[in-house]
Amino acid sequence: MAVLLIAEVTDGALALDATAKAVTAAKQLGDVIVLCTGASAKAAADEAAKIGGVSKVLVAEDALYGHRLAEPVAALIVSLASGYSHIVAPSTTDAKNIMPRVAALLDVMILSDVVGVIDADTFERPIYAGNAIQTVKSTDSVKVMTIRTSTFDLAPTGGSAPVEVIATGDDPGLSEWVEDKVAASDRPELTSAGVVVSGGRGVGSETDFALIEKLADKLGAAVGASRAAVDSGFAPNDWQVGQTGKVVAPDLYIAIGISGAIQHLAGMKDSKIIVAINKDEEAPIFQVADFGLVADLFVAVPALIDAL
Amino acid sequence: MKVLVPVKRVIDYNVKVRVKADGSGVDLANVKMSMNPFDEIAVEEAIRLKEAGKAEEIVAVSVGVKQAQETLRTALAMGADRAILVVAADDVHQDIEPLAVAKILAKVVEEEQPGLVLCGKQAIDNDMNATGQMLAALLGWSQGTFASELTVDGDSATVTREVDGGLQTIKVKMPAIITVDLRLNEPRYASLPNIMKAKKKPLDEKTAADYGVDVAPRLEVVKTAEPPARAAGI
Ligand SMILES: Cc1cc2nc3c(=O)[nH]c(=O)nc-3n(C[C@H](O)[C@H](O)[C@H](O)COP(=O)(O)OP(=O)(O)OC[C@H]3O[C@@H](n4cnc5c(N)ncnc54)[C@H](O)[C@@H]3O)c2cc1C
Ligand SMILES: Cc1cc2nc3c(=O)[nH]c(=O)nc-3n(C[C@H](O)[C@H](O)[C@H](O)COP(=O)(O)OP(=O)(O)OC[C@H]3O[C@@H](n4cnc5c(N)ncnc54)[C@H](O)[C@@H]3O)c2cc1C
Repeated sequence: MAVLLIAEVTDGALALDATAKAVTAAKQLGDVIVLCTGASAKAAADEAAKIGGVSKVLVAEDALYGHRLAEPVAALIVSLASGYSHIVAPSTTDAKNIMPRVAALLDVMILSDVVGVIDADTFERPIYAGNAIQTVKSTDSVKVMTIRTSTFDLAPTGGSAPVEVIATGDDPGLSEWVEDKVAASDRPELTSAGVVVSGGRGVGSETDFALIEKLADKLGAAVGASRAAVDSGFAPNDWQVGQTGKVVAPDLYIAIGISGAIQHLAGMKDSKIIVAINKDEEAPIFQVADFGLVADLFVAVPALIDAL
Repeated sequence: MKVLVPVKRVIDYNVKVRVKADGSGVDLANVKMSMNPFDEIAVEEAIRLKEAGKAEEIVAVSVGVKQAQETLRTALAMGADRAILVVAADDVHQDIEPLAVAKILAKVVEEEQPGLVLCGKQAIDNDMNATGQMLAALLGWSQGTFASELTVDGDSATVTREVDGGLQTIKVKMPAIITVDLRLNEPRYASLPNIMKAKKKPLDEKTAADYGVDVAPRLEVVKTAEPPARAAGI
């Protein structure tokens, strides 16, 4: 059977990492047909066609899909649904917005944040902030799911799938885009970075958060934050790592001034190496850290920056 | 305008979850249960809309076991006017899938005709992040998910959403489903007098059958396991 995979397209550009990892998961289920949609999506489609294992790429270009509003995009996906056994997307905020709507319109359940594919009907997903892994078997005729990409490898490039332009749908007229506030950054993207340096409430202020950013830049790393750091205004919301923020699994994760609440661990405990800097030796973060440094971050971090 | 707020009874976020040894699920016997934290934020937002004169009545609704009454009393003590409990399960270990919850909520919406539904973005037990979007689909309504700011203006609402790249602002047509994120507001605590008053507020009890909704799960739980443990380092 064939799988319809909704590519992550932002402002006309393909998010290659998220999409290619979702392809790895989808390949286990059948032939992968990728859908690229947006106000401009042709370039993204050409890029998706190069992902190894993709059989075909569909492009639906229309201003209507420009900001990936849930109502028109879900309607488009539903109109394409027949003939597919699975409809999948990487677990991005866009997909989390759209895919449950698709599932309900098809009268099926959603499988959110799949971390393992057992067979075509059976999947693993984390519950309770990753404190338990549930294996669920779906009895629905079509499986609608989002894939937690941090647990799947990148599909190789080098493919050359055909690209087909498809008809677009009507505007349900339920919502309109007003504005995006996106911080431009030269740093690697948080969910795909090899190294992540995160700061918590212990950092103390927005000004002092520059210390975390300085260390990150020395390491060519992405910057993350705990919820407390974001709530206190030290860091923007899209840096939040955790149960309700982003899930990362870099080669190296450095947690600075973060206590290690389960909600934070949910977003980073699959990192390959975890380093923690905290002045409290009882901090729970040390229970998951491979290397722990009990120290005042205002001493340790500048020393580390100087040493690098 | 009437505001409907679905609230879920979940394990308290401070409790360390224990997986049952036989792999049948998570142990929920005798653990502290609370209102899903995101739903407290939704109730708070509804109260603020009422205080600002933009909402007249707040109806809290919960789908689940009988004990979800306590969760509804909490919503009433915070400031909701009335509550509806839809009993759809008799064992605390039985959870109702978002699709079934959304179908029941759609019926409640038909009956109550709210102008706005304020849901949590996700329930912290199953982390599905789905119910609000599914309800919007079933009703054919607009949806504004992961809201960190909300302004209601007559027949539309402006919603700032927390998304992967930063913040997105959209305008949705009313009636709408809004799912709330952590930074929308800071929920109030219920005062003792309000907790007392809440005991006298109306709480209707219904069943899933009253609404003719089949809550049979579409997903069969094969097993529940502990995630692989990490060894502590140096
Ligand atoms: C529904 C819900 C969802 C949540 N989702 C998330 C989420 O997605 N992500 C998330 O992170 N949290 C989340 N949380 C919040 C979580 O429970 C914690 O409150 C949060 O992670 C704490 O952040 P923190 O570790 O930065 O702060 P704290 O717990 O306050 O820890 C600060 C740490 O800094 C250390 N410190 C202080 N000063 C120094 C110094 N000078 N040098 C070295 N160390 C120092 C302290 O010893 C302490 O350990 C959620 C909570 C709820 C209820
Ligand atoms: C112990 C246990 C047993 C389970 N057993 C089964 C099983 O036998 N079969 C099966 O298929 N699945 C089972 N599951 C999985 C479960 O059905 C779904 O994973 C779960 O319903 C996902 O939704 P959520 O609560 O994460 O909702 P989300 O979509 O994350 O919730 C978002 C928001 O929707 C609203 N909402 C959600 N639920 C309710 C509610 N009940 N009442 C009012 N408002 C609500 C709230 O505003 C909430 O903030 C089980 C799970 C557990 C933990």
